[in-house]
Amino acid sequence: MKRSIFRNRWLPYLLLAPQLVVVVVFFFWPAFDSLRLSFFKVAPFGDREIFVGLGNFIELLTAPEYGRSVVYSFVFSLGVTTLGLVGSLFLANLANQKIRGLPFYRTAILWTYGIAPPVSGIIWLFIFHPSYGMLPYLLSMVTTYEFNWLLKGWVAMLLVIFAAAWAHLGYNIAFFLAGLQTIPESVIEAARVDGAGGFELFRRITFPLLSPVTFFLFLMNMVFSFFETFGIIHAVTQGGPGDTTTIMVYKAYVDGFVNLRMGYSAAQSVILMALVIVLTVLQFRYTERKVTY
Amino acid sequence: MIRKLCLWLCGMVVLFFSVLLVPSSAPAKTEIQWWHAHTGFLGERVNDLVAKFNAGQGDYEVKAVYKGSYPEALTAAIAAYRAKTQPHLIQVFEVGTQTMLSSGAIYPVYQLMKDQGIGIDWADFLSVVLSYYSKDGNLYSMPFNSSTAILYYNRTIFKKAGLDPTKAPNTYEEIEKAAKACVSSGATKIGFTTAWPSWTLIENAHSWHDQPFADQNNGFKGMASQLKINGAFGVKLLTLLTRWQKEGIYTYSGRTSKGDQPIINGEAAIGLASTALVGTLAKTAKFEWGTGKLPRMAGYPQGNSIIGGASLWVMKGRKTEEYKGVAKFLDFLGKPEQQAWWHATTGYLPVSKSALKALQATDHFQRNPDMWTAFNQIMSGKTTANSQGIRLGNFAAVRDSIEAELENVVGGQKTPKQGLDDAVKQGGKILKEFASLYK
Repeated sequence: MKRSIFRNRWLPYLLLAPQLVVVVVFFFWPAFDSLRLSFFKVAPFGDREIFVGLGNFIELLTAPEYGRSVVYSFVFSLGVTTLGLVGSLFLANLANQKIRGLPFYRTAILWTYGIAPPVSGIIWLFIFHPSYGMLPYLLSMVTTYEFNWLLKGWVAMLLVIFAAAWAHLGYNIAFFLAGLQTIPESVIEAARVDGAGGFELFRRITFPLLSPVTFFLFLMNMVFSFFETFGIIHAVTQGGPGDTTTIMVYKAYVDGFVNLRMGYSAAQSVILMALVIVLTVLQFRYTERKVTY
Repeated sequence: MIRKLCLWLCGMVVLFFSVLLVPSSAPAKTEIQWWHAHTGFLGERVNDLVAKFNAGQGDYEVKAVYKGSYPEALTAAIAAYRAKTQPHLIQVFEVGTQTMLSSGAIYPVYQLMKDQGIGIDWADFLSVVLSYYSKDGNLYSMPFNSSTAILYYNRTIFKKAGLDPTKAPNTYEEIEKAAKACVSSGATKIGFTTAWPSWTLIENAHSWHDQPFADQNNGFKGMASQLKINGAFGVKLLTLLTRWQKEGIYTYSGRTSKGDQPIINGEAAIGLASTALVGTLAKTAKFEWGTGKLPRMAGYPQGNSIIGGASLWVMKGRKTEEYKGVAKFLDFLGKPEQQAWWHATTGYLPVSKSALKALQATDHFQRNPDMWTAFNQIMSGKTTANSQGIRLGNFAAVRDSIEAELENVVGGQKTPKQGLDDAVKQGGKILKEFASLYK
């Protein structure tokens, strides 16, 4: 193979420039500005900046509401990830059968990925709504308990978890399906010959062989539910009732853009940035290597 | 070959950037940018006003731009100000008043009018509106859409429940009785609800009963640093609401304007909401409805209801000749003719007494008695130190924490006293943080 050689020394840089400009302007610059702002108290219009050192971080880490927000974030993310992975693995297995009308089923279960998260939130809001939702109506026939997510935190949490997991289902299924199709037919056949059927086959053969995909999806779902579910929360609960659905990314938004406390909000985004760095490192180091089968 | 490709690429890059750099051609008229937060029906009425101004003179072209919700519009204006591309005019909701006053980014309206030699009789403005947006007796922002909280009730539901549909409930006891009757008779599921819960239930209920909301006369005497809502009155009110929620009389409908929906849809028998709903209901309601004054609780003095809505702030840093157009536009908006029209189509309060008089001279209020309710309420009230308005630094954040605690209380996670104490604690932190910025 011939290695291409640029005779002009500047050409490679010129060709790289547009991408580099985009990365610097839209990623590095804002990230460094957040880092800088997190050490300041900033007036809403930015005309006053008072250096407070680690003041914002100390305030955050000692504020009980931030502690709660961290807990809610993990409950939410683990909920979305678990529900999303279990649900999509189940559906992907069904869609991997040899049945009639397969293309239709596959399309039908993939299309939720095309729905914007806020829209997914609104759909679930209609299903759950205390006064005109279908679910509370059906539940009211079996129980007198009021599933009012406007006032009951755990119902609200459940609602946003469902909405987020559902919105991300298509993405997960796509990867699981691809993973399932890489499992060699011969391995499955061999297992069948050995007498494994249905669930046994799944537990001993399919699931272990899928583990790299599962691990990758676990990380992607964590990232998704930590950072990209803002739209669902904003459209449905706005962080309430109380603060039971105020996940970290939503709190950073509220403190920054509603409450206009830029320094405080920047400190929160720095913490989120650290978190995403950890998740990314995990993904790069372990997706391919450490998952054994 | 490579050299040719390289040249071609360079050429494309240069061409691409030069397209970006070509300045847009200058408009013949001086353009005045106005960023606002009205969409739908109200957004169209804003465009009507602007079109009328633009057609009436040839020097200036006002461009009204919808910038999202109130907080979004404010955030956009702040970002623009920091990038020195601010609009001339920005609509800011009432809770942003102190933020704007402290911002150092504004050109006070009274000063603008003085500089441009446009005489406006400020004494002609309604005092509740004027006081809300004035500092040291000078008007800082142009009142635009002012509303206040009133009571709405659904006459169709009242009739079904066997209640007198001509009588609006006046007190909390009457609300309880009526709402209970409406729910238990099966006429509706929602007896009583509230939009903007902090505004209608906490802020207005306190001022309407002459109870303090925050120290320093609710922030009018100086920078407030402490909320006062955890007194006997607040606890009593929330205890009542919590019991009502349990008994199915009160339905909490969510934060901000979410509570408008059950009232507009005709699901709620009784609701507290902004006067701005009058216009919407008149246009869309397929049921009979009526309005009344805010409910009273026995044993507390009479105060007044406070206003909500938004005002227009002039931003610093544009060219002098453009400010002439801004002044002319604000003068146009303040004229009785525009004010009367704006009120009659939307239900917002007109800002001037002469506009009110002009409306009274016609049969407008006889034909639209629900538009009179707000005036009736304000004029029957007493404006005191507790009811001239509320001016807090970062009020949006304070309101957010009050609504969060309200949810905790009504949902039964906290006692009324505990919830209000926590709201006061949280609010105090926000106020002190704001004050520390402007020491």
